[in-house]
Amino acid sequence: MNRNKTISSFLNGVLYLTPALIILITFRIYPIIKSFTMSFYTSYNYFTNEVYEYGLDNFRYIFSDPEFFRALQNTLVIVLGVVPMSIIISIFIAYFLNKNIKFSALFRGIYFMPFVTSAAAIAVVWRWLYNSRFGLINYFISILNLDPIGWLIDPNWALISLIILTIWRSLGFNIIILLVGMQNINKSYIEAAKIDGANEGKLFMKIILPLLSPTILFLVLLNTIDAFKIFSEVYTLFNKRPGPLNSALTMVYYIYDKFSHQYAYGVASAAALVLFIIILLVTLIQSKFAKRKVHYR
Amino acid sequence: MIKRFLIYLIIISGAIITLLPFIWMLTTALKTSGEVYLMPPRFLPADPQWQNFLIIQEQVPIIRYLFNSTIVALSVTIGTLITSILAAFAFTYIKFWGRDILFVIFLSTMMVPGEILMIPNFVTLAQLNWLNRYQALIVPWLIGVFAIFLLKQQFLSIPIELYESAKIDGCKDFMFLWKILVPLSKPALVSIALLKIIYNWNAFLWPLLVTNTPEMRTLPVGLASFMTEAGSNYELLMAYSTIIILPIIIVYIVAQKEIIKGVSSNQGIKG
Repeated sequence: MNRNKTISSFLNGVLYLTPALIILITFRIYPIIKSFTMSFYTSYNYFTNEVYEYGLDNFRYIFSDPEFFRALQNTLVIVLGVVPMSIIISIFIAYFLNKNIKFSALFRGIYFMPFVTSAAAIAVVWRWLYNSRFGLINYFISILNLDPIGWLIDPNWALISLIILTIWRSLGFNIIILLVGMQNINKSYIEAAKIDGANEGKLFMKIILPLLSPTILFLVLLNTIDAFKIFSEVYTLFNKRPGPLNSALTMVYYIYDKFSHQYAYGVASAAALVLFIIILLVTLIQSKFAKRKVHYR
Repeated sequence: MIKRFLIYLIIISGAIITLLPFIWMLTTALKTSGEVYLMPPRFLPADPQWQNFLIIQEQVPIIRYLFNSTIVALSVTIGTLITSILAAFAFTYIKFWGRDILFVIFLSTMMVPGEILMIPNFVTLAQLNWLNRYQALIVPWLIGVFAIFLLKQQFLSIPIELYESAKIDGCKDFMFLWKILVPLSKPALVSIALLKIIYNWNAFLWPLLVTNTPEMRTLPVGLASFMTEAGSNYELLMAYSTIIILPIIIVYIVAQKEIIKGVSSNQGIKG
């Protein structure tokens, strides 16, 4: 009787889970394993899914490919250019929005708008803004009597253009999450600090920032992962090229290019595995850091 | 007083910088091809060129793209809601061997970025002969681990006595789920649905990979190929971008509260 009940509830549970399980196994779990093994395929026919040879050649290839290192380096520059800047700006804006500002909800709504819009489409809009001769940004620069900048055509500026666009897109999400974090701060801490005579700067540095640190750390992680995966913006901002002279080549662009244009499945998988390991390491470091440094929650 | 003024100044300039690309997109979309290249730029078109939106259709089948995008976004959203509701129900109400381990496995797949999975998934679809079909755009996305997590939280907030008394009254699991749980969870379901629609409407890399004919392109992928045709006709490119961006902005304006609530519940976990 009892055993029958166990079996029937097991079957019942599996029944409800079946649709989700089929998709999860076919399109999430199996490809994780497959992606790992594919990076060791050195001779492969994807149409028949036949593997003729295994080996380390794909890794030898990417680690001796200057373009791979360029992609890695550019991606790191994007991460370092976007994440701290975006989070600092977001902290200030969220802090100001939290201060009994009129139309606060309206402003919050405006700042969040870029988040809901297509990255590929908005990058085309920025492509137009960045146009070196007729773009709005260089027009503003010319008003200030400065020389026009070749935002998208000068290899020295291409990554900066991409970073500015990415910061602009990322602010809304960060502000929303930080606002939630600020509203969760117990008001009595702030009242107590005020009674003790803390001025505004001190209150911000000594009370609000430390109490927000779990939220900030969480945002650092999410923003870092997103910056590592940047692709659509690059694709349309530079008109289907990874920037002038590959100056805006990113990791995912490299993977896409190897996979979709050169049909180098093994090489692309090896590069994807490297990206995955980097993201995994970032996540692990963050969770270690969160346990050690963050005392409040 | 001065401090207050400065705060407003910063917030308002930030808001203008946020809005400016959208406004510039809209006004450029309504200019003539000559007006686009005026220097200094003219901010508003002298005579709004609404036909710019129609000219696009002469060059690419944008109506078809619009149809594809709508079908894909809606099917993925509805499908994901169904699989997630069923899975969350099993994870909350049915006790069975291996349930908790299974839930951890579900959650841990969230750690793996989709970009890593795209190559093997492409191969799988090639073998199923699904490439360049709606199945390729829809089926791999019919799961939302984050949605399952959120719904489980939501179901847990409903008193278990409700389930027990329904059982005593002879209510079957599925009836309980459909008649009681789903209506009670409507706010959470709406938030999940909205985020799914936005995400899939904007999806780019995957549809770019699995479609190779104009008939199957979604709006953003179509824009990328339209860039070659439109060349430097920025009024047409901006009109096209408007067609992608405006529907989502409208959804956002109508359902801002639900969308922001959904995003805020992202705290601590992302999907």
